[in-house]
Amino acid sequence: MNEPTSSVCITVNGVEHRCEVPTRLSLVDFLRETLRLTGTHVGCEHGICGACSVILDGDPVRSCLMFAVQADGHSITTVEGLANADGSMSVLQDSFCETHGLQCGYCTPGMLVATHSLLKHNPNPSAGEIREAISGNLCRCTGYQQIVDAVQLAAQRIASTGNR
Amino acid sequence: MAEKTSPYGFRYIGAKRRTKEDPRFVTGRGRYAADVQLPGMLHVAIVASPYPSARIKSIQAAEALALPGVRCVLTGAELCAAIDALYVGVDAPKVKRYPLADGLVRYAGEWVAAVVAETRAIAEDAVELIEVDYEPLPHLVDPEEAAKPGAVLVHPEHGTNVLYHRKFVWGAVDEAFDKADHRLAFRARWGRSATVPIETFVAVAQWDAGNEILDIWASIQMPKFPDQVARALRLPGNAVRVHFDIDVGGSYGVKRGIKHTLLVSYLAMKLKAPVRFLEDRLENMRGGDMHGPDRIFDMQVAFDHDGTLRAWKIKALDDVGAYAGRSPLQLGKPVSAICGPYRIPAVEYEPTSVMTHKTPQEAVRGFGQSPTNFAMELTIDRVARHLGMDRLELRRKNLIRKEEFPYRIPSGTTYDSGDYHTVLDKALKAADYAELVRRRDEARRAGRLAGIGVSTCLEPSGGNSSFEPLFNPKNETTTWMDSCLVRVDLNGAITGVFGTSSSGQGHQTLVSTVVGEVLERDPSGIRVIAADSLNALPSNSPVGSRMAIMLGGAAAGAARKIRDTLVRIGAHNLGLAVSAVTYRDGDVFDTLHPEKRLAWDQLVDVAHRKFHKMPPDLEPGLQAKFVWEVPTGGTLPTEDGQVQMYPCYSFETHVVYVEVDPDTGKPVLQRYVVGHDCGVMINPDIVHGMTYGGVAHGVGAALYEKFAFSEEGQLLSGTFMDYLIPSALEVPEISIVDHCTPSPLTTFGQKGSGEAGYLGGPAAIACAINDALDPIGTAIAETPMSHLGLWSLIRAARAKPKMKDAA
Amino acid sequence: MKAAIFEYARADSVAQACSLLAEYGADAKLIAGGQSLVPMMAMRLARPAWLIDVNRIAELKSSRRDGADWVTGAALRQADVERDGEAARAVPLIRQGLYWVGHVQTKNRGTVGGSLVQADPAAELPLVAQTLGARFVLRRTAGERTVSASEFFQAPMMTATEPDECLAEVRWPVWQGERIGSAFDELSIRHGDYAIVAACAQVEVDSAGRCVRAVLGIGGAAAVPVSVEAIARSLQGTQLEDAAIDAAVESIGQYLDPGSDVHATAEYRVHLARVLAARVLRQARANAAGGGRGSRA
Repeated sequence: MNEPTSSVCITVNGVEHRCEVPTRLSLVDFLRETLRLTGTHVGCEHGICGACSVILDGDPVRSCLMFAVQADGHSITTVEGLANADGSMSVLQDSFCETHGLQCGYCTPGMLVATHSLLKHNPNPSAGEIREAISGNLCRCTGYQQIVDAVQLAAQRIASTGNR
Repeated sequence: MAEKTSPYGFRYIGAKRRTKEDPRFVTGRGRYAADVQLPGMLHVAIVASPYPSARIKSIQAAEALALPGVRCVLTGAELCAAIDALYVGVDAPKVKRYPLADGLVRYAGEWVAAVVAETRAIAEDAVELIEVDYEPLPHLVDPEEAAKPGAVLVHPEHGTNVLYHRKFVWGAVDEAFDKADHRLAFRARWGRSATVPIETFVAVAQWDAGNEILDIWASIQMPKFPDQVARALRLPGNAVRVHFDIDVGGSYGVKRGIKHTLLVSYLAMKLKAPVRFLEDRLENMRGGDMHGPDRIFDMQVAFDHDGTLRAWKIKALDDVGAYAGRSPLQLGKPVSAICGPYRIPAVEYEPTSVMTHKTPQEAVRGFGQSPTNFAMELTIDRVARHLGMDRLELRRKNLIRKEEFPYRIPSGTTYDSGDYHTVLDKALKAADYAELVRRRDEARRAGRLAGIGVSTCLEPSGGNSSFEPLFNPKNETTTWMDSCLVRVDLNGAITGVFGTSSSGQGHQTLVSTVVGEVLERDPSGIRVIAADSLNALPSNSPVGSRMAIMLGGAAAGAARKIRDTLVRIGAHNLGLAVSAVTYRDGDVFDTLHPEKRLAWDQLVDVAHRKFHKMPPDLEPGLQAKFVWEVPTGGTLPTEDGQVQMYPCYSFETHVVYVEVDPDTGKPVLQRYVVGHDCGVMINPDIVHGMTYGGVAHGVGAALYEKFAFSEEGQLLSGTFMDYLIPSALEVPEISIVDHCTPSPLTTFGQKGSGEAGYLGGPAAIACAINDALDPIGTAIAETPMSHLGLWSLIRAARAKPKMKDAA
Repeated sequence: MKAAIFEYARADSVAQACSLLAEYGADAKLIAGGQSLVPMMAMRLARPAWLIDVNRIAELKSSRRDGADWVTGAALRQADVERDGEAARAVPLIRQGLYWVGHVQTKNRGTVGGSLVQADPAAELPLVAQTLGARFVLRRTAGERTVSASEFFQAPMMTATEPDECLAEVRWPVWQGERIGSAFDELSIRHGDYAIVAACAQVEVDSAGRCVRAVLGIGGAAAVPVSVEAIARSLQGTQLEDAAIDAAVESIGQYLDPGSDVHATAEYRVHLARVLAARVLRQARANAAGGGRGSRA
């Protein structure tokens, strides 16, 4: 049987992509292998680890649990799209660097996606709320502590400067 | 976060400094092995054995090969004939291991064939079309059964399932047991878990036919990896180029993937195309060969009324699964700290490494030390309970005292330095121990199960190889050097070069900080690269908490050579003796007349262009390499197995408060404090990060994670739905209190810290849970301490008094 | 872990989804959030020849009060429902149950209907539906039928939905009254995991604190979620005092048929059912007495 395909138009980080994709291609494989946006990572491919988190129309989802064809007409933001328009790091990204909220960097894009969305909905989260927001993102390096610190720092900085 | 200025009086070392690595990761610009995209790259999927033990009768691949997009189906028969067997860490040459099963499968999930196709999805389609005819054979999953004579053999040619066994006796153990006031014995079990990085193993290989070089990009953390690849493929070492500038998505020991790499390498050479194997999570859990120690400890301890420890005997039976590799050596590292941080004059240690029909074991953070620390700390608490003595008092009485360092333990290792009592006191103070006790007692009065655990544990660091000759007399390795090259270019920019991979430890930050410190130049301008294996320098990779010591020492050594060269150039051009000039901030000046000076740019210019201004015996150009042997290394063990193992000994104490829901068995860690002394911290944020992460690994091993096998030899926790990695809601908030006892053996007084947190965590959590269980008269001595396991104990304990009442 | 090949079709209406189902029958599967289906496809434990995407069907996203029911469209995202204050006031157990479901990312994508049709015996929403006696509106080209929760949940991962039927909406009974309280609790090893055992309850008390109505459900302890009607009934007329609750839940094991696995034995599950049933009944009582409709647990 031939590989069924479908044409899609997906906006990723503000850029529209029109292409023909195999229907079975997962969204994360589309981002990584087709668009070569390798910032989004694959950890488990069964929806537990959160490394593949991306923002779909404003909300974080797991890109291993969607087929690319389902994203047709939708807008995706990946870690590559989180920086400021001038390419400088967002306050959140900078805060991860400041507290060293990462080590190997593999879960980091998912953590950023999850906490970026958290801060949008809840500008002043408690440590408990941050932990809940990242509880769907597994990290093996940090013990989560410096990630929580980074998000709290980012929240303070955003509150005091108004900049993201 | 770290303090702005160095608490040790250094310029950069110990001060708050952002890492070199973080910016690329937070912007999605890390470069992992899976990000390597080569034109025409082919993809691998694996046919795995459903049986734990079977003979492969035939493999039918015609239908798979007919599928459009399929390029090749490789079987063990072809591969095993074409390459040499993998390295075995002990003297067991007949325990042969290849990437694909050689006629016999020895565990469920073992790779039987590999399919290569244009996409991974097609490769998976083809896997479903391959028919393998197996003749199932008897299997065994119980390591104690496996060690018995007459057991079914995992490797019949080896003649036994035992890979290694020896009884070491250091000191007058039997005499101590005879004379001691008390003796205790119990069994502890460390369940099979691993560090399970979020990135699975990935290997990409390409054969460069023009240059006859095999290029490899792999998510690797492994000593002597390029050499092992070359040897197995029967290639000269200089025909294999491993690209170490790949970011590794976590390892903590397990990213060894030698079989994955050999598979793609062979296929790339055979098919004349780049081949990638991106292990998926199912393949990773079952057949990735990265399970950790799986150990039964039989502990015996002899002690006096006053709590003085006289001797202990440790029997450790480790189930390494179906093949050997380096895993039996995980029983070796604990020899380096076999009496823990305690003054124990006589020790018996009887390690046995045994094979079963399970997924093979690989190196896991701490290389066998965390399970051993767990068994030791349970022993200490049991002694205290037996004597009715306070656990802290018992520890304080037996901990080696500050003034006793350097302290030689019975197995021949000398601990470099430490101040265990102070670290313990600092941690207790930070945890407000008295308040914790009050809280626990109040909880108990309210009918809850609450407990406090305190562990005092060592982290042997500076990763040496002494366990290799100790466990295999045919192996006379006595050096595990590491090295660094520092180069200053024509324009004065500094580059540090090292020759191994990084998986989050911050080696670029380490090297730039150290080089900046020595050369008095801002580390932010110093570039650090990981050279490929053909350009690189000798390295034994970041294992055994060694890089701060070994790469840090090598970087400092290379930088000092540069500095010495610059001083000599400066002195020569100022017409002064070397002793009459001063080096500061990269400039060299007349100590008495500082205005007479050569600035950094001038010195560099001389070194690169002005040979006529060079001192006569100096090479032009400005680069230096330094290869460092492990401090205290270089010796073989004595007949009775005494040897200096690791150079440096970091110390950690964990204070944990836990409550266990008596109705459900659910444990909740409510307070977690770590007191930590790893000497001088080069980058405190990195050290703290690794310690937090180590604690999280410890929480997982202690409470959640287990590679469970059925009686039928099937892995029952092969997905992330069953293998339970703790999230941010299971790992508690952690406080770290630092202390610094510099090592006298290292460049800046640093010790290792890559295994911190993991080495004392499970021990402390177990001690806390046992404290919680103590009032109902029960105890636990196994990991993971699952909800079900705890509930079962609680229920049995509660049933007992009722029976008594009835009687 | 790549899915086997399949053809993909996007339905713009329930009618279109039904006609596609009628055409492809058992070879087709509807996909909404896909949070359970996609991993099963990736592991090749599910391999539909046709995947019919119902995510864009507007009529599956309604959320409204209709007579005595709160109605949720099958393709409503779990996160949207959890945030919906009106839904939470009408049927507080939905939000209380959703608190325990997965994580932010899965709730943003996962749907109410998807979770129900998936019918995992340990999942939260099926338990709430079974406990409250929700009704399921199933459409096919030939028409529509409504089945009760007790008919709907048939076996693990199996519901009364026929291959040519599409779950259109779920009708959750709204309890009218002054003093109604509910609670949901579960034991999962990690937050967000499927429950080992879950329990939920809803009670109504009169001004004297006497229980006039109660429901109690247990998930994870049988092939389908169980509404333990006999126990709930036995509490009517009591003050829901601790002793009454403890006595009532003592026999809960006889209504359950749990299995054993690596994380929990059958015995442990029965025990947990008893413990959690007592907890949710106490909490529901407290919430009813407080006049409020319930907190998280």
